Amino acid sequence: MIVAERKPLDQIDAMIQGFDKILVVGCGTCVAVCMAGGEKEVELLAAGLRMKGKLENKQRTIDEITVTRQCDKEYLDPLAKYVDDYDAIISMACGAGVQFLAERYDEKIVLPALNTLFIGVAEGTGIWSQRCTACSDCILDQTGGICPMTICAKNLLNGPCGGTDHGKCEVDGEKDCAWTLIYNKLKKIGRLDYLAKIQPPKDYSLMTKPGKYTHEAFKEAKQQEE
Amino acid sequence: MAAGFRQAFQEKDFVVTAEIGPPKGTDISEMIAHVDLLKDKVDGLNVTDNQSSVMRISSLAVCRLILDRGGEPILQLTCRDRNRLALQSELLSAWVLSTKSVLCLTGDYVSVGDHPQAKPVFDLDSVQLLQTVGLLNDGKDLAGNELQGSTDFFPGAVVTPEADPIEPQMLKFEKKIAAGAQFFQTQAIYDLGNFKRFMDQTRRHEVKIMAGIVLLVSAGMARYMNKNVPGIFVPDELIQEMAAAEKGKRVEAGIRIAGRMIRQLREEKLCNGVHIMAIGKEGRVPDILEAAQ
Repeated sequence: MIVAERKPLDQIDAMIQGFDKILVVGCGTCVAVCMAGGEKEVELLAAGLRMKGKLENKQRTIDEITVTRQCDKEYLDPLAKYVDDYDAIISMACGAGVQFLAERYDEKIVLPALNTLFIGVAEGTGIWSQRCTACSDCILDQTGGICPMTICAKNLLNGPCGGTDHGKCEVDGEKDCAWTLIYNKLKKIGRLDYLAKIQPPKDYSLMTKPGKYTHEAFKEAKQQEE
Repeated sequence: MAAGFRQAFQEKDFVVTAEIGPPKGTDISEMIAHVDLLKDKVDGLNVTDNQSSVMRISSLAVCRLILDRGGEPILQLTCRDRNRLALQSELLSAWVLSTKSVLCLTGDYVSVGDHPQAKPVFDLDSVQLLQTVGLLNDGKDLAGNELQGSTDFFPGAVVTPEADPIEPQMLKFEKKIAAGAQFFQTQAIYDLGNFKRFMDQTRRHEVKIMAGIVLLVSAGMARYMNKNVPGIFVPDELIQEMAAAEKGKRVEAGIRIAGRMIRQLREEKLCNGVHIMAIGKEGRVPDILEAAQ
């Protein structure tokens, strides 16, 4: 899932200076799970902004709503009946959701409340870690299910650098060396032979931004229409 | 003038290189003094590439300055700051400016240096960079295009004999050989027993291996490296030897240790040479060489 964290309250407060009526829109999918932008977090942020407004003697209305997902039009459409009442909308979605909301309501000021961090997993309670770089050409079949593009800070494809240290990384001694993990995993599953192959340079053309993907089935349907 | 780094391996049983670190800024007087002092005493001078991710004069420019003074440069090229276009362009430029040896490295991460906010590149890794050198030598670029004039580089790489765990390091070492590395300069070594065991694993390969010698300047430096520098292990007896040296005589103790190690490596034919890194004390390299006699 997409992992994000909320921006500091002061930063969000600074964004809404000059606006009196604000709608805070939560997102009920990834960022709700990582406790950054779901219904509860919307409530907390709204309360914080109200309190700050009160302390500064500001006339401020902060309302709250949370939709299932901000990255799907069908969940954004029902907001149409509310948005006109507000000077600004604060989106508590990831960067994709903020943009989609801003695109759907393109006459409104839409502000981001989160910093989007990475595609990751819940490692433990309250701890998430990155697992995927979305490189568009997955090689996990050859690396024992451990991604060198993501877990190695230098995205090295052919083994560890000289900075590997007792299984840890030179960039951050708290983090594991991807290539020690990969070596140990392949050894465990009896596939060290995978490591003999020299991996070619990555094809970064596949990662050219902005990415766009149409499902095969819909491509065909579209062609038939035409 | 040195006959050429590649040729040195044909002519000698024991080849010696030293390291030149380009300065940050345009005052090159001290560096040039080191080049002049060392150029006739060693078979090659490695020029570091934004060493430790600290921004400095480029390796290529200093290689050319070394050639101008009659020395033999070895271009160090890392994957940190350049994508595949810039790396290949740098290599072609180095060749036309008469640098004939290149040491291919991954490069430290940007966070250890003086511009930690920089975008790290790592478009290629050191194995792929070695393959790229091979392609340019064959008259082709990485995209398969024909070159108008090829290179004929002597490509090298690095290896860390004290890496822990050693197995992934040895796998990469073998990939580097398969990718065309002809010489290796190792991370600093201090334990010759461990180094012998490492060399035993490399015998079946037709590559030249130069042991990395880093000058110890104090017991504190040795302890610091043991704690903080991955792949470096200074045994206790050397730390004690450094600690026992009188204040003001510690560098001399380090020179004595380095000289003794080089002499043993040479006399016991443990490897094909040494690469001396006298970080900040380049002026003392001749003393190390004398102590090694």
